Amino acid sequence: MLKVKVLGGGCANCKVTYKLIEDVAREKGTEVDLEKVEDIQDIMAYDVMSTPGVVIEETVVHRGGVPSRKQVEEWFSKN
Amino acid sequence: MLSKYRRLLFLILLIVWVVLYSNLAAFADFFVSLLPVEPTSHLGEAMAFFVYDAPKVLLLLAAVVFVMGIINTWFTPERTRALLAGRSLGLANILAASLGVVTPFCSCSAVPLFIGFVQAGVPLGVTFSFLIAAPMVNEIALTLLFGLFGWKIALLYLCLGLMVAIFGGLVLGRLKLEKYLEQWVQDIPTKQLSFESERISFSQRLEAGSVAVKDVVGKVWVYILLGIGVGAFIHGYVPENFMASFMGKDAWWSVPLAVIIGIPMYSSAAGIIPVVQALLAKGAAMGTALAFMMSVVALSLPEMIILRKVLTIRLISIFISIVATGILFVGLIFNLVL
Repeated sequence: MLKVKVLGGGCANCKVTYKLIEDVAREKGTEVDLEKVEDIQDIMAYDVMSTPGVVIEETVVHRGGVPSRKQVEEWFSKN
Repeated sequence: MLSKYRRLLFLILLIVWVVLYSNLAAFADFFVSLLPVEPTSHLGEAMAFFVYDAPKVLLLLAAVVFVMGIINTWFTPERTRALLAGRSLGLANILAASLGVVTPFCSCSAVPLFIGFVQAGVPLGVTFSFLIAAPMVNEIALTLLFGLFGWKIALLYLCLGLMVAIFGGLVLGRLKLEKYLEQWVQDIPTKQLSFESERISFSQRLEAGSVAVKDVVGKVWVYILLGIGVGAFIHGYVPENFMASFMGKDAWWSVPLAVIIGIPMYSSAAGIIPVVQALLAKGAAMGTALAFMMSVVALSLPEMIILRKVLTIRLISIFISIVATGILFVGLIFNLVL
């Protein structure tokens, strides 16, 4: 089970990112524990200044804007 | 192999772009001549305006956004913060305002960015310089101004916008407003943050450029067409000098009025500039029109609601008043000089 967090206070791009990760995980059959982090103080704990940010297993892998599908697929193929 | 194809694709796109851009007037004339309307009629004039300006602005925008998308890859918010951390008021405001132009910024990220700056020990006044410049002076506004009014006006907007950001930030910094930040923001300890620049290849930067084009042009083209559509309508139908009486040079009160009306309004630069162009064509004064535009783009209700999470109402009011005063001066001086 991969722990994935999407950081961002409800902006449109954050929702798109969340959905994208959900879709790719389903396609690849990767089991993920996907969580939305919307509280600004929790977001800042990861020192992410441009949302949406993506955290996998407590490591920031992406920040600022929607990641590309290819990028998301790469995150899930390593595991 | 892939990058070879990509390079070829870029080359082809570049050639297509140049051919299209250098023949815009001919295409527009040809297109209008196909329509069953008199070229000198109201509808004919409106159409001619639309079919020339809309593709011109969209082409320019695509090119500029592509280049800016590449430039942006060097100026991540993290690097900008590292450049500003620990500096004192003054020169840092100039740096912050300039970085506001080249750092990618979305008002939805205003809060994390603000906190990130505070955490790293960037002075409040310097942070404000960045926050004023970032939404106001951006590649979209500058491209549209360049496309519709020429480089002089675009350059003037760039300089004056930076001035408002620099002096606004300086004044806000001098006022020592830290106590009007929300309490939890004041309690954030300053951290020593390390910054390592990521290594990215040039083809990744190119990729970022094309993503930016898809992203930005895909989002704003509707507003641009709408804006130019409204502009075209005003061009064709509103009588000459209609605006002169209440947005002209002699009506000094029109500048503050334009600024006040613009504060709560929210539009991206893309939507507002074509309208401004049409107003100008009908006799509105340049300073008044630019002040209106700056106020619409720089200050908006949605952004203030977002910033309310970190700033008290009092600080937001001071922020708005100072930026609005700056814009007001820009408008008045502009009208005096031109």
